[in-house]
Amino acid sequence: MANTYSKVGEMTTNDGVPLKVSLRRSQRKLKIWAFLLVAPLLIFILVSFIIPVVNMSLRGVENPQVQTIMPNVTEALARWDGVELPDEATYAALVTDLTMGRKNKNIGKVASRLNYERSGMRRVISGSARKAVKLTQGPYKEQMIKINKSWGDVAVWALIKRESGQFTYSYLIAAVDYKTNDQGEIVAKPENKQIYKALFGRTLMMSFTITAICILLAYPIAYLLATLPLAKSNLLMILVLLPFWTSLLVRTTTWIVLLQTQGVLNDVLVWMNIIDEAGRLQMIFNKTGTIVAMTHILLPFMVLPLYSVMKTIPPTYMRAALSLGANPVTAFIRVYIPMTVTGIGAGSLLVFILSIGYYITPALVGGQSGLLISNMIAYHMQNSLNWGLAGALGFILLVIVMVFYAIFNKVIGIDKMKMG
Amino acid sequence: MAIPTYAGKLERTWYYSYRIICALIFLFLIGPILIIIPLSFNVQPYFTFTPEMLSLDPAGYSLRWYEEFFASEEWMRSIKNSFFVAICSTIIATSLGTLAALGLSRPEMPYRAVIMSILISPMIVPLIISAAGMFFFYSSINLAGTFLGLILAHTALGIPFVVITVTATLSGFDHSLTRAAAGLGAKPTTVFFKVMLPLVTPGVISGALFAFITSFDEVVVAIFIAGVEERTIPLQMWGGIREQISPTILAVATLLVIISIFLLTFLELIRRRSERQRGLAPA
Repeated sequence: MANTYSKVGEMTTNDGVPLKVSLRRSQRKLKIWAFLLVAPLLIFILVSFIIPVVNMSLRGVENPQVQTIMPNVTEALARWDGVELPDEATYAALVTDLTMGRKNKNIGKVASRLNYERSGMRRVISGSARKAVKLTQGPYKEQMIKINKSWGDVAVWALIKRESGQFTYSYLIAAVDYKTNDQGEIVAKPENKQIYKALFGRTLMMSFTITAICILLAYPIAYLLATLPLAKSNLLMILVLLPFWTSLLVRTTTWIVLLQTQGVLNDVLVWMNIIDEAGRLQMIFNKTGTIVAMTHILLPFMVLPLYSVMKTIPPTYMRAALSLGANPVTAFIRVYIPMTVTGIGAGSLLVFILSIGYYITPALVGGQSGLLISNMIAYHMQNSLNWGLAGALGFILLVIVMVFYAIFNKVIGIDKMKMG
Repeated sequence: MAIPTYAGKLERTWYYSYRIICALIFLFLIGPILIIIPLSFNVQPYFTFTPEMLSLDPAGYSLRWYEEFFASEEWMRSIKNSFFVAICSTIIATSLGTLAALGLSRPEMPYRAVIMSILISPMIVPLIISAAGMFFFYSSINLAGTFLGLILAHTALGIPFVVITVTATLSGFDHSLTRAAAGLGAKPTTVFFKVMLPLVTPGVISGALFAFITSFDEVVVAIFIAGVEERTIPLQMWGGIREQISPTILAVATLLVIISIFLLTFLELIRRRSERQRGLAPA
């Protein structure tokens, strides 16, 4: 105990280290321990998930094609004023790059990249590359313009210059139905070519609709589950949990079986003489199909948070309101519903976030009118192979989801979420 | 909730109509899942009840779609693949996720909120974006079209569920128990295995079940990452529904419903056991 007090007023441990320092040291050790436990998973998620998703979104602004495949043109155009046609040196660079690109078989990438911005460019680039290989000596300017008169168009050169940077905003503006015109201004696309804004609008609208229907359907049964005796409510809870645990594809299949024109529901309606054989309803492969199937799939996500909030509300509050003279409807609206707002919020945000990025169900039962933005991203990933546009659309979708998730986190907190 | 004897006519009407509304909503939830079960025994290749089926004539029913399913090499392979991928990714997700949850639930954990939202993100990011991102990532390291790639991708998707369920279990964990054990002279490893693990096991198991079902049911990422050899059940179903929906799919769907009934029962048993253990429910 001799060195417990090394200086006056300062406590130390047995080996003379001040207590404060020693505490801090052991705290730091605990902190490192805690962090080490999390580290493997954190690294795994960062490397295999976060970075790929960020990379995917970055594809929406990356623009490597022109710069890497046509380095000489890129360099020459950097000096170009953009008013008149470029000089002979630029045309010589063009011939070099086209020849190289054809030899390396990657000129097609530039061709399709520029074709996104201006239709017809694919033919201009590929065709010119085929012919440019045969040019042996200059001056190249006239020869190139003879090969394809587009090379005499200032707008084409301006386009190449604009897209020769490392980054581009053209996918992002294309994802909201804008484009750059020949003068380099950003303008709205012609009405008949606008698809994405409407698609985002439809996705949001359908997500709102599904969320609203989910609230309407979930509220009564969550209330019933929360007020019934435990034995009965546990039994009924199975009816909510079984769909929750059943494969998504099974639930989608079952709606196809039920709703298709030769399906069960139409048969029942015909049998009951509500509709005749010719008047079978088209209830699936359209917007209705998507909304019905998605509501069914997402309903448990609304019921469960609502139920867990309602479970905590003592029945005495309602009784108090009633005995104080409120009629049942007033008591319910003024007393009960306000206490369930957090549950409604949690469920709605969850359902909304999930439905806004839904892919499988709309793809299977959506037909044309029931497709959502995810389906368009998949289309650009798999069919049109326009990965830049897929990245830009994905980025916008991601931002929308993140905003709602941030609200969710702020209002409810992810760690308060319960499952099952 | 039983209706009081003094209830008026209006109250009675409301009471019964409320019950009917609830019954209809429950029917909406469960009906579609139940209706495919009898339909999967249809002798005809139709997706609706034939007159023979409605008159309960045994000739209207058959096991032909089940026979077709079990005779199909493709379906059998997809079953094997699905279980293999789901079990492997469950093991990785559960072990990494439980470790992380242990760290996250320590009071000293720095940057908890940020790390938590990173670990949860695979659940929030729309699947199509995750799938596209992972497709580029796993292609770049030559793991697209391999089992390893698919397993790792599914692991990432299952992790949030493990982290959420295990941290939830741990948040109710009484840390004085471990301190008591340590004070009584137990080594840290003994404390972990003898005191902590038995109490968090129910949470770990339900997290593992969630991770399992996530992988077992996953199709979007599989579309992008799995090759022909790695086709899983959902992928096979997806192809089947898109091209030509055959009643074999209903047989598969019925089997999947049975699997989910098993999982649900299992989960419920664990939940009850854990509630008893923590003294939350009467034994």
